[in-house]
Amino acid sequence: MAVEDKLKIELGKQGVFVTTVNEIYNWGRKNSVWPLQFGLACCAIEMIATTMARYDLARFGAEVFRPSPRQADLMIISGTITKKMAPQVVRLYNQMAEPRYVIAMGACAISGGPFKQGYNVLKGIDRYIPVDVHIPGCPPRPEALIHAFMTLQAKIDAQPLTGTERPRHLDAAAMSEFPVPTQGAHDLEPPANRLVWPLPAPVASGENCG
Amino acid sequence: MASSPYFSLAILFLAALGFGLAPLGLAVAWAKLVSPAKPNAIKNAIYECGLESKGDAWVQFRSAYYLYAIIFLIFDVEAVFLVPFAVAFTGLGISACVAMLVFVLLLAEGLAWAWAKGVLTWA
Repeated sequence: MAVEDKLKIELGKQGVFVTTVNEIYNWGRKNSVWPLQFGLACCAIEMIATTMARYDLARFGAEVFRPSPRQADLMIISGTITKKMAPQVVRLYNQMAEPRYVIAMGACAISGGPFKQGYNVLKGIDRYIPVDVHIPGCPPRPEALIHAFMTLQAKIDAQPLTGTERPRHLDAAAMSEFPVPTQGAHDLEPPANRLVWPLPAPVASGENCG
Repeated sequence: MASSPYFSLAILFLAALGFGLAPLGLAVAWAKLVSPAKPNAIKNAIYECGLESKGDAWVQFRSAYYLYAIIFLIFDVEAVFLVPFAVAFTGLGISACVAMLVFVLLLAEGLAWAWAKGVLTWA
């Protein structure tokens, strides 16, 4: 940061406004997030309500839900991910433009939720793709989605453009393609992407999928 | 050159060309200079609905379809010409009627040929 925050406020009082390329770049990015028009289950109804007039996601510059992943940079995982749907979700994520972000909306998207014991339910999308914001709830209210969106905006705003913490799209060596799981005999193969899911291994496929 | 009456038109044409091409050039420059390109095999795939595309986009149709097109033309073109012929029928001479008869008989012959070839029967 070239100018300290306090100094910036002090200068602002005197009528002098200073900024950095980083700030303008991130200001533009955080106010023009285009979500993917993509609903999975009941949470999608709340997501739709969030975009409508009563909650009005347009106030945050994110009303433009794109029907194509090539034009979207935010994926709202709104609902239960079945193991049949998971490869499609990962493939859509791979097709989205960088920089891309993911909001896991609701208990199902985080962990499988009330359907966690189901043999066909993925226990959280963050086993395959990196998630930026998790929203608990079943389903979360539109206010919760808006809060998650503002959290994401704060995260985008705080991203430096240089250094080791820079976002993936500015790092030529960073991974951009996440392996798409395939349907195995008992579970998805692999059951998790080790690079984004460093937590204890899921139970080996075929033994106990619960 | 400046005295030519078309000089101002040429200037306007160049301005219109620039007006159209400049945004395209800006868009290309913007994409080349600023956009973070991170392509991968899945992102470059043709289909964008999350599913993998299967098969070939170059589907072949049976060439026998042209027979139906020709038989359709027989009736279609015939009707187009028969309507004005019928409207003007009372005022026409012998030569016009013979010409029309030749035309209709030629088309009828085409239909008879197609019928004999068995084109009109299909399972």
